[in-house]
Amino acid sequence: MNQILRKQSFSDRVVQIEVEAPLIAKARKPGNFVIVRVGEKGERIPLTISEADPQKGTITLVIQKMGVSSTKIANLNEGEYITDLVGPLGKPTHISKVGTVLACGGGVGVAPLLPIIQGFKEAGNRVVTIIAARTEELVILEEEVRKYSDEMLVMTDDGSYGKQGLITEGMEEIIKREKIDLAVTLGPAIMMKFCALLTQKYDIPTIASLNSIMVDGTGMCGACRVTVGGKTRFTCVDGPEFDAHQIDFDEMISRLGGYRKEEIEKLNR
Amino acid sequence: MEISDRNAGWRKELREAVKGKERTDIPRVKMPEREPAERVKSQRLEVNTGLTAGMAQQEAKRCMDCAQPTCMEGCPVNIDIPGFIKNIEREAFAEAAAVLKRTSALPAVCGRVCPQEKQCEVRCFYTEKLKKEPVAIGYLERFVADCERESGEVCIPETAPANGIKIAVVGSGPSGLSFAGDMVKKGYEVTVFEALHEIGGVLKYGIPEFRLPNRIVDFEIENLRKMGVTFVPNFIVGMTQTIDDLKAEGFRGFYVASGAGLPRFMGIPGENANGVLSSNEYLTRVNLMGADRPEADTPVFHGKQVVVVGGGNTAMDSVRTAKRLGAERAVIVYRRSEAEMPARIEEVKHAKEEGCEFLTLTNPVEYLMDEQGRVKQVRVQQMGLGEPDASGRRSPVPLAGSEYLIDADVVVVAVGVSPNPIIPHSVAGLDVSKWGTIVVNDETMESNISGLFAGGDIVRGGATVILAMGDGRRAAAHMDQLFCTPQAKEN
Repeated sequence: MNQILRKQSFSDRVVQIEVEAPLIAKARKPGNFVIVRVGEKGERIPLTISEADPQKGTITLVIQKMGVSSTKIANLNEGEYITDLVGPLGKPTHISKVGTVLACGGGVGVAPLLPIIQGFKEAGNRVVTIIAARTEELVILEEEVRKYSDEMLVMTDDGSYGKQGLITEGMEEIIKREKIDLAVTLGPAIMMKFCALLTQKYDIPTIASLNSIMVDGTGMCGACRVTVGGKTRFTCVDGPEFDAHQIDFDEMISRLGGYRKEEIEKLNR
Repeated sequence: MEISDRNAGWRKELREAVKGKERTDIPRVKMPEREPAERVKSQRLEVNTGLTAGMAQQEAKRCMDCAQPTCMEGCPVNIDIPGFIKNIEREAFAEAAAVLKRTSALPAVCGRVCPQEKQCEVRCFYTEKLKKEPVAIGYLERFVADCERESGEVCIPETAPANGIKIAVVGSGPSGLSFAGDMVKKGYEVTVFEALHEIGGVLKYGIPEFRLPNRIVDFEIENLRKMGVTFVPNFIVGMTQTIDDLKAEGFRGFYVASGAGLPRFMGIPGENANGVLSSNEYLTRVNLMGADRPEADTPVFHGKQVVVVGGGNTAMDSVRTAKRLGAERAVIVYRRSEAEMPARIEEVKHAKEEGCEFLTLTNPVEYLMDEQGRVKQVRVQQMGLGEPDASGRRSPVPLAGSEYLIDADVVVVAVGVSPNPIIPHSVAGLDVSKWGTIVVNDETMESNISGLFAGGDIVRGGATVILAMGDGRRAAAHMDQLFCTPQAKEN
């Protein structure tokens, strides 16, 4: 049982919670995630860690209400408990000094991007970040991201905030302007797919962090399998980050919807 | 000990009371079962319903109480088999339970899932010498454990005075539990760390409730807790904290029983289609997460035409689960013949009674999907049997031109598992085989790192519950030797 110490709503559908988890706060590294379950009938779902405070013994999670389980978690209030929380899981981001890093976060993907840009910044890289969302109210963590970015661009699809356009348009502008040594993309699968196609055109090494369906998160179920460079890999233990140019995004997108019919049935119970 | 001493007065009297011929003339008891039509309606109705006291006593009478009981040699945890059976015969069921618990932390589990036909029962005097059906040792073990549980008067085995030595167990499956039970009896301070939110490992996520109800596993775990074992769920050794972190917290001995983590796939086209999943995923969703129940949040595919690939117990568990989830057709596809199937005969029999189909000497070569990426058909190939392979079983050989299609909306792949990589990757200098299993001394179960022992599937790559438990017992005995010398205790 892990208590929620603080909760903040970013929008109707997106909340941030700070949860008591001292061991995870100490052990986690950028790129790691946790598995969360709420209630005795609850489902295990993976959530990425956006921040951690080892002194306070807390981790911060950002949750978007998507289905039954994410809504349950997002509806918990301060003082309430998460039934089960386990982690940190997954391989941490390989952080080193590469030069200039172009970090691209979409929607709630900005939350797990935060520790990654922090890591790259602290390793001495120049960090240029684009955060993108459909509309103004879905832009999150702007101030926190700015803190670890040498330059930051906010984009919305509808132009309600920041620059109007798709994230790839902003990326291309930057790529044409300066030399990018590494790109990182984190967000909806379809966005990551197009980010990867763009950077491939410019031959920029790119990592994408995947949010596959998982049950246990420790390599046991294989629900999270993804084809990378023609080989089947498990997102939970081999990832969650892979070479974006090698990922079969179409298969990944299809697999993300693998249980859609069953999930809709659960939603309509 | 009076209750298990073969030379105790009561036991001699019992032997003399009934003539050998009279004993051997008794036919082997039949396990009462629920009717197939009834049992396929629920994932949670146990198929075998257990012996009555009368049946158990009659069956116990068959046991010849051999002077050299060969059955015990077939038991990986060395249960005193005649010792507990003769207590059944004299209607001392509580004493029978006490005899079982001396060597097995999980008698109600073993009585249900052990392949007795390959272990104790195959070594029974009846099998070896009389060429008759063996004493139903497994049924009797289950009877005793169930009887004690249902009586409400459970004896908690005695434990030695606490010695203050902290021992960490990685994984709460059968191997870890068996080890923990033995170590706590010897006076150690035992903590079991489990990655999942439930204690029990494969007994919970893997074996379906129609074979092993979760409440029975929980009961055995509760007994270990009463003996003093501490259980920590949601804790991944190697991730949440490392072995070194735990050493710094005072843990001195480690037993790694983290199981066989990764499900194997065959690497054939279309295997990542939606609707194709590992038996681990399928069974975990149902057994651990309760996805068959409408009130559970976890979804599972309710396939109408389910193909299960494999011939082991996990394949049988999967195909029978499919039937219970409403499959109109649930089919085993296995590349060898039924004779080579690793599954227990009882599981195969039960699957057939429940209407599961068997396509043996058949192997999938490709999965075809619809426009949405969901599996719709399996292309299979017929096989012949060639020369015996390394496992001693005749190896399957594809027959040219024999391919055809089977309709399927769900495919469960149950072709084995690989060891969980988390511990092997997180301990520097640990000797690991090319298959990813932890290398240990066969006798002591100790790895190349002193004080770090391992057993079960993380060492064997894939074994049975009882072999995993046997490893736990051996590791406990040898770890105890490591710590029981006077200087070790002072350190």
